Amino acid sequence: MQQTRTAASLPIASHDLSVVYQAVIAMALGLFIVGFVGFSHIDAVHNAAHDVRHSNAFPCH
Amino acid sequence: MSIFRSIVFSAVLSGLIGGTAVTVLQYFSTVPLILKAETYEHQAPEAGAKPTDESAKGHAPHDHASHEHEPTAWKPTEGLQRNGLTAAANILTAIGFSLLLAGFYALRGGVDRHEALLWGLSGFVVFTAAPGLGLPPELPGVPVAALGARQLWWIMTALATALGMGLIFLHRAVWATVLGFCLVVFPHLVGAPQLAGAHSDVPDALSHQFMVAVTMTSLLFWTLLGCLTGVFFRRFSAR
Repeated sequence: MQQTRTAASLPIASHDLSVVYQAVIAMALGLFIVGFVGFSHIDAVHNAAHDVRHSNAFPCH
Repeated sequence: MSIFRSIVFSAVLSGLIGGTAVTVLQYFSTVPLILKAETYEHQAPEAGAKPTDESAKGHAPHDHASHEHEPTAWKPTEGLQRNGLTAAANILTAIGFSLLLAGFYALRGGVDRHEALLWGLSGFVVFTAAPGLGLPPELPGVPVAALGARQLWWIMTALATALGMGLIFLHRAVWATVLGFCLVVFPHLVGAPQLAGAHSDVPDALSHQFMVAVTMTSLLFWTLLGCLTGVFFRRFSAR
């Protein structure tokens, strides 16, 4: 309720907030991808991305 | 087009181009050095393992050695499969970093060409230069401290450097600058986890060559990724 009323009375602010949400979700997705490729402890993932981990100076075995 | 879609589209395109470009660069710079170091890595355990096999039972040998010789762990075959997976991992990493950059561009309400270049260079400082001061790029076969501890320090350093640089560049107040510098310096006061008294068969000259190769390829990668993400984000968000 509160949110709807705020959104209706402050269209610009709610638009900005929506940009923030969308940007933050995209950035979290980006960090998740980097974390999975570069930091996962799963052996197969480590071996597949081995040269990339070393070449990007991510900590590797 | 919604902001989220603009971010994703520009990140995927920039990641595809940036990831492919860095794979080509690495193919001629870092990968030959990794392959060379692996010859030392594979020699080392065979030379030393036999006499100490019995006495070393129960002790975990060097992390990499135990890991490398794990018979159940899947490994890509040499050549096309290994290089193909390197390309795929580079593209995925580039898409991930580009999502981060495009997210910042969206939060800033867009960027011009010069700002995009500076964001790319900031990425280099945050993700390569700062963690690399404590944990220099290492070749396979070089003994290193426990993986978990190094990953934790790496992530903490990247985060503190990013926050610090954000405060320094995006806030004009004196307190923000001071706090920013403190954040950038702090992880290096704590110090990266190091392995004391370890001996490596990998020559120092090779390690040094690798450090330079990684740092330079990374600099080119981040410059390219910052600029590409800026160009594509401007294009998609204008629709």
